[in-house]
Amino acid sequence: MPNNKKCFSRRKFLKSTALTAAAASGMIAAPSIVRAQGGSVKIGFLQPVSGALAYSGAQGRLGASLAVDEINAAGGIKAVGKIEPVLGDAQSTPDGGSAEVEKMNSAGVSAIVGGYASNICLATTQTAARYDLPYLVDVGVTDTIVTRGLKNTFRFGPGFGLIAKTALANLVAINEKAGKPAKTVMIVHEDSAFGSGLAKLLNAQLPPQGFEVLETIPHPTPTRDFNNVVLKIQAANPDIVVPANYYNEYVLLARTMQQQKVRPKAAIYSVLGGAASSYKFVKEFPEAAQFIMDCNHWFDPRNAKAQALKKKVEGQGQFFTYEVYLNYSATLLLADAIERAKSSDRAGIIEALSNSTFAGHIMPYGPTKFIDGQNQGAVPANTQVVGNDIEVILPEAFASAKPVYPMPRT
Amino acid sequence: MHLSILFPAIVNGVLTGALYALIALGLTLVYGVLHIINFAHGTLLTAALFAAFFMHKMLGVDPYLAVLLLAPAFFAFGYGLQRFVIGPASHGNDGNILLVTLGLAVIIENAMLFAFRADTRTIDVPYGFAVVPFAGMFISVPRLVGFGAAVVVALLMWLLLNLTDTGKAIRAVAKEKLGAQLCGIDVAHVYAMTFGIGTACVAIAACLLIPTYYVNPHVGNAFVLIAFTTVVLGGMGSIPGALLGGLFVGVVESLCGLYLGESLGQIGIFLMFILVLLFRPSGLLGERA
Repeated sequence: MPNNKKCFSRRKFLKSTALTAAAASGMIAAPSIVRAQGGSVKIGFLQPVSGALAYSGAQGRLGASLAVDEINAAGGIKAVGKIEPVLGDAQSTPDGGSAEVEKMNSAGVSAIVGGYASNICLATTQTAARYDLPYLVDVGVTDTIVTRGLKNTFRFGPGFGLIAKTALANLVAINEKAGKPAKTVMIVHEDSAFGSGLAKLLNAQLPPQGFEVLETIPHPTPTRDFNNVVLKIQAANPDIVVPANYYNEYVLLARTMQQQKVRPKAAIYSVLGGAASSYKFVKEFPEAAQFIMDCNHWFDPRNAKAQALKKKVEGQGQFFTYEVYLNYSATLLLADAIERAKSSDRAGIIEALSNSTFAGHIMPYGPTKFIDGQNQGAVPANTQVVGNDIEVILPEAFASAKPVYPMPRT
Repeated sequence: MHLSILFPAIVNGVLTGALYALIALGLTLVYGVLHIINFAHGTLLTAALFAAFFMHKMLGVDPYLAVLLLAPAFFAFGYGLQRFVIGPASHGNDGNILLVTLGLAVIIENAMLFAFRADTRTIDVPYGFAVVPFAGMFISVPRLVGFGAAVVVALLMWLLLNLTDTGKAIRAVAKEKLGAQLCGIDVAHVYAMTFGIGTACVAIAACLLIPTYYVNPHVGNAFVLIAFTTVVLGGMGSIPGALLGGLFVGVVESLCGLYLGESLGQIGIFLMFILVLLFRPSGLLGERA
């Protein structure tokens, strides 16, 4: 019976390896218990650091960690202690995000910052609401994030209702100033909450402003082939193409348009374009990015702290993208609220956030003022890629260049 | 509407379809000839995509050059998998093979998820966005290369099956296993050879895909359904059928994407799958049972 012997020894082997694995995992888990001691406050930083949105998630985490390092280096939050970050990966899905919120809640965090994508934020804020866990949304632009009456949910940045309105007003202004060269528009958007919601808004608001929407093309995230979409753009020949999607798809769309030599007559005008105001995109694909306009989150270039942070981030070989400065600012804002609450108590932090008038951030928003969880001063800016840089073209208060419109046809 | 872009969309579909054909070629050999329903086919493609990705990222090897290394490596891997895992574990029962390959797919996929996480990764090669002008449109160079490679691989495989001793042995085993064994053919070896060739095809497809596609641990799943459709459409075990089926599937997908939108692009493939099963179960070029 040699076979039986073999079988026995294999089981024995399995048993022993399972024991070793269990012992090893116990050892790995041990340090977190050690770390939990001392005067500190746990804050959850939730980002999609894996999956389709991994790049944005990593950038968001970078911004938050820069703020945490800064606060902790200065001795932590007054009366509460140092920030103990609890990092979570939403895996680019709402389910993944919710699961992380559950974990963070069990870990005893006092508040959570992040979420990034609209559909992730919708799920995570709701999960956090079950535990009255203060949740500060970093980016997620869908308006329903703050209109569901969740008392725990706050958004520092602008929602897309306002962004779409601003984008539209700015587009009309730019077009009129140039003698109205553009009349037709095509919208290419990703098909989850953010892109679809935006497309719906634009479809409703563009025609009254004298623009005809020729076609609206949704696509999933991830999409790795934009040939058909670009063919449609070529056939419809719109004056303006409006892309609204995440980083990877945005870059691919722009590169496919360049590859197929398709250029709209007046502009590629993005609303929250995933890459349009990203230094990474401009540096890696300057030709595809040239003259692209975007209405998006942008830091306050007049703010010395913002410029210093930009230098620091770039000094680390990273790109100063909106995920970085929004998460940096949101983390500072939360720390300020915890300081004023004078404790890590969740209800106290929610109260302090509701009354926040924090001005120490680096966005052009002015002091924060939350009504129903939405920061009232939050506004987007219009940017344009010119040469190897990104210029602010509107609002005029801090514009660094005039719009190049209609874009030159090369 | 969109009539002017119909021709470029069809050309795009043909070029994408060539890669589907390449993936289906491996499957048609394993599934069509030996009747092994290989659920691990997609996962093996993912593994090959990761291999090509890391060879480029860490060693700087161009994906097209990586074929020379990955095709033999995956042949050996496939051979070993059939000879030492799938074969022995199935105990000669076809139903078991299905479960074994399904189990393998789950294990390999989750191992990759554990090792590489769910990140979607891409590589950037200088020719990734190169185009050649043709009849008023711009054709992507990597896709053109993929098309050429698919045709060459199909031709080589057809020659292998029809002109070599190994090919004769494969066909003999496919027709009558016991008879082949009585004639002195090592059936286990032939099974493993076939599986190895199928896996090598997947490695070639991966190297051709990676310059314009992405890789994550689940990426193969999308292709395995398309590959099964292609094999059924072209006819089980038919090499020209797999090639033709792949091209056809590519065109259908492209046109559906164009007219129904990117989100619904794949619906046409599966509609076609059902129609073929209903009206021509032996496939376009398959022999009637």
